[in-house]
Amino acid sequence: MTTRIQVPRQARRGGLIEVRVLIQHPMETGFRYDSLGRQTPRNVIHRFECRYDGVEVFRAEMGAGIAANPYLRFFVRAERSGDIECRWVDQENASGYASARVTVNG
Amino acid sequence: MNARRRLLAALLALLALPRRVLAQPSVNPAPGIDARMLNTPQGTLQAILKGAEMRRGRVRLELAQVADDGHSVPLIVRVDSPMSQTDHVRRIDLVSEKNPVPLIATYFLGPQTGRAEIESRVRLNGTQRVTALAQFSDGSFWFDATDIVVNEAACIDGS
Repeated sequence: MTTRIQVPRQARRGGLIEVRVLIQHPMETGFRYDSLGRQTPRNVIHRFECRYDGVEVFRAEMGAGIAANPYLRFFVRAERSGDIECRWVDQENASGYASARVTVNG
Repeated sequence: MNARRRLLAALLALLALPRRVLAQPSVNPAPGIDARMLNTPQGTLQAILKGAEMRRGRVRLELAQVADDGHSVPLIVRVDSPMSQTDHVRRIDLVSEKNPVPLIATYFLGPQTGRAEIESRVRLNGTQRVTALAQFSDGSFWFDATDIVVNEAACIDGS
């Protein structure tokens, strides 16, 4: 389950950084049945967080209503150069991580 | 039935009520989300509002008018806020009218977010109204609700 992050490499101080994240994950709703008629247990990414230079700046709690292979786009205010790190965890405690470095000028 | 029996029946029904509410199935809800608020869109909104009022405005929920496939519907929430230390959006909730779990997602923002805009893709179980509810730093709630026609519902197999 890969996690991809896309951010601009450079940003102006006080400007905005657009963060785009794409996670490969089935987001199993718990309402599906397999070919043998057994209910597939719910397993969704319920927690997603983004840290910028070590500080949490954005967090999401997701449910079964988020589509498979979750895509998220949000913003972070550029203050200093640093890593934008995204982490997620699902209900079976699997987790993923992706990070990208932003250089802030000015 | 005489009056006494009717009273007795009413009392028994009253006794049975909380047990039935408690017995509602909670299929492995996400940790941190109260299972009882997962059942209805109204209950979900009430659990978020905790008695506060919500007013229409300041929030814009952008959704296509028609979605062919409810499994993945793109959506953008934009909230009108300066996102400063003193005036910003704290959280945004997405609530579905028809999904088995009405609460789609909750996003937590702050002044460090810079702009209150979020894009994601959601599952929608049929034609319905989707609500985006934002709580501001002063505690006030504002919302937008958008109707969408969904041609193929998300949970067609088994629910």
